[in-house]
Amino acid sequence: MTNRIIACGALGLLAGALVGCGPGAKPVDQGGGKVLNITVGTEPEDIDPHVVTGVPEHHIIVALTEGLVAEDPVDLHPVPGTAERWEVSDDGTVYTFHLRENAKWTNGDPVTANDFVQSFKRILTPALASKYSYMLFVMKGAEDYSLGKLKDFSQVGVKAIDERTLEITLNSPTPYFLSLLNHYTWFPVHIATIEKHGGLTKRGSGWTKPENFVSNGAFRLKSWRLGRKIVVEKNHDYWDAKTTKLNEIHFYPIELETTQENAFRGGQLHNIYSLHIDKIATYKKEHPDELRIKPHLASYFYRFNVTKKPCDDVRVRKALAMALDRGSITENVTKGEQMPALFFTPPGVAGYTARARIEENVEKARQLLAEAGYPDGKGFPSLELLYNTTEGHRIIAEAIQQMWKKNLNINITLQNQEWKVYLDRQREMDYQISRAGWTGDYPDPNTFLDMWTSWSQQNQTGWARDDYDALIRKAAVTQDPEARLELFQQAEEILMDELPVLPIYIYTRVYALNPAVKNWHANVLDHHPWKHLDLEVKADE
Amino acid sequence: MLKFILRRVLETIPVLLCVAAMTFFMCRLAPGGPFDEDKQVTAEVRELLNKQFNLDQPLHKQFIQYITHLPTLQSFKYPNRTVGEIISQKFPVSAKLGFFAMCIALSLGILFGVIASLRPNTYIDYIPSSLAMIGICLPTFVMGPLLMLVFSLKLGWFPATGWGGFSGDQFFASDMVLPSVTLGFFYAAYISRLTRGGMLDILTQDYIRTAKAKGASGLRVILKHSLRGGLLPVISFMGPAVAGLIAGSFVIETIFAIPGLGQDFVKSAFNRDYTLVLGVVMFYATLIILLNLIVDILQVTLNPKLKFD
Repeated sequence: MTNRIIACGALGLLAGALVGCGPGAKPVDQGGGKVLNITVGTEPEDIDPHVVTGVPEHHIIVALTEGLVAEDPVDLHPVPGTAERWEVSDDGTVYTFHLRENAKWTNGDPVTANDFVQSFKRILTPALASKYSYMLFVMKGAEDYSLGKLKDFSQVGVKAIDERTLEITLNSPTPYFLSLLNHYTWFPVHIATIEKHGGLTKRGSGWTKPENFVSNGAFRLKSWRLGRKIVVEKNHDYWDAKTTKLNEIHFYPIELETTQENAFRGGQLHNIYSLHIDKIATYKKEHPDELRIKPHLASYFYRFNVTKKPCDDVRVRKALAMALDRGSITENVTKGEQMPALFFTPPGVAGYTARARIEENVEKARQLLAEAGYPDGKGFPSLELLYNTTEGHRIIAEAIQQMWKKNLNINITLQNQEWKVYLDRQREMDYQISRAGWTGDYPDPNTFLDMWTSWSQQNQTGWARDDYDALIRKAAVTQDPEARLELFQQAEEILMDELPVLPIYIYTRVYALNPAVKNWHANVLDHHPWKHLDLEVKADE
Repeated sequence: MLKFILRRVLETIPVLLCVAAMTFFMCRLAPGGPFDEDKQVTAEVRELLNKQFNLDQPLHKQFIQYITHLPTLQSFKYPNRTVGEIISQKFPVSAKLGFFAMCIALSLGILFGVIASLRPNTYIDYIPSSLAMIGICLPTFVMGPLLMLVFSLKLGWFPATGWGGFSGDQFFASDMVLPSVTLGFFYAAYISRLTRGGMLDILTQDYIRTAKAKGASGLRVILKHSLRGGLLPVISFMGPAVAGLIAGSFVIETIFAIPGLGQDFVKSAFNRDYTLVLGVVMFYATLIILLNLIVDILQVTLNPKLKFD
């Protein structure tokens, strides 16, 4: 009798398990449908370009919305977008954009110059409290308006000359201005839609939901299921719809690297957004056609709190910076072909590679430490290194801890904190050394160097130098490109001489891509204009 | 019975209030806030944001606003969604995963437990009991990737991730199998051990011997006479277990990329998403209280020794 029970149960279970099984067609094997399945990491917080700040949001917003200019898919130089052409005044401060006649919103309205004016006004309105509004501060009067010092928006340097002509006046000639226009903060939004759904200054009013969203890009928002995916479909009314190859892009929010990898291996995704460090060697050996390791416009570094002992002494900071073997860190710890950083700004940004170099020299480091009053590390005060809880940061911190122990005979303690606690402590300057990273907002050295000015929110080291501030200020108004870069060189020399920061390496993006994805070009910003991407159709389909 | 239920429901009100107050104030005491990001905002913007999200109000006022308007409050992290929307979109997924896992857990667990109890300390006992031990010891974050590796990456039977097929809307899709099995196995292991223990107690009772002596068949003795008493430990375990199951598992949902509420339970706290944390905690608190009430009623119904008072 019992045997019969067992048999019945087992059969029932087996039958149950087999229902609905069987290998179905994998999403990535259907290139003919031209549906790209991709993950950009986390769930986007929103897709309102005036509210969000993140990278996943960027990838989705640029599919849906287009600014005045667009990016060339290969090297990202600015190409005509909503504006078909533009002129620059001789002094480089006034840009006149001519919008194309066939630029339309997804509801059929034409995209007008006034749409841009109203969009800029919205992001700068103090009540909206946009976190990223500072991206527009190169525009005349923008900063004052956003701080509420200037009440009259007509004083701000943006004007709709007529329906299709837009004039933007800058504070000073800004060589990277056109690239800056590709940042989503400069993108137009459909004002009437936003007004209908709760008003211009209300965040998250629901206008970004699929049933309400109006945009002007190569794709339109089809659906957004929280935690599942965002689907965008080809916008046939887009002015350049003939270029768009893909019918749909499905953005999946998959945070865990190993899960991304499993979904990729299982044929559900065309990419692994970020490949786990332990998998790099395997992919190099077994799937070199899928693995991509590309330089990224981002710096990995430590901040020194220059208001606290012992890092208030520049000799200590220098000794710590000199006593590292960065090459060994990138080769043995991070393993993703990162570039050891002997300066702060990633090299080759807009023709700029820093002249300044940190000398890695243990002998000199010891000497400096002795001069600072700690010969052979004797009497060195307690020193704590703060980092946010992540495996990757821990192993780097441990390597550095060991190097300092070995080379300088000093002991430091490591402390990990959950992300928000770490940010809070950094902001409150409640640390001695703190891990950090910085991704450039636009391809120009300014985005890496203006953060160390005395007025920058991002500084958070307590370090300030008048001559440094003056150089950055001067660079902002210098028109001659050579002279401007020279000012940045001098600024970075000061920075590397004073070392409020300890550069460690320049990031690479380590990811995997299905070879069927075409027209994907690697670049330092990791931008891949979606309308140019295509999927190869396999012969047996 | 009605009186019993009514009293229990009334008792939950102060409990929920306490939970709400503790969650709210603990969140506020934690360092960092919803607007801390690696690109720091200026003091002016921070102030404006605090104003927009009513964080500039006195704490007690905020608390009252939170508990009176909870479902309609905006999430800090996902501003275009309200707390109610997020829970109502994500909870059904967690609940479904929990339901499937529960079915697997109960059928496997009770089956194995009963089999093991029939011939204690023989191979018929050892094999299911050891399997149960393995199930308890093997954490879901090992079991999940292991199953994924074998059944989706090597054999290709099931998709590695996802929920509800490519469209995400299918009532049953093959991508639901692995996560349900992973989660179900873990609970099946517990249930089989509880069943075995409960059954062993019952099977030695006099009334079972009487039933056998009266000529009742083996199956009838098990199903009619023993299970009712033998499953009592399982029933009391099921209250919190069901709550845990349908509340979603952070681990399973993360490993299999399932859009359930379990992830928000953990992440909203990390994000300092004050409104969502409170919403999710309150939702679960209510759920657990409700399930415990159901379990209590079930126990009284099954166990004649207990009364509603």
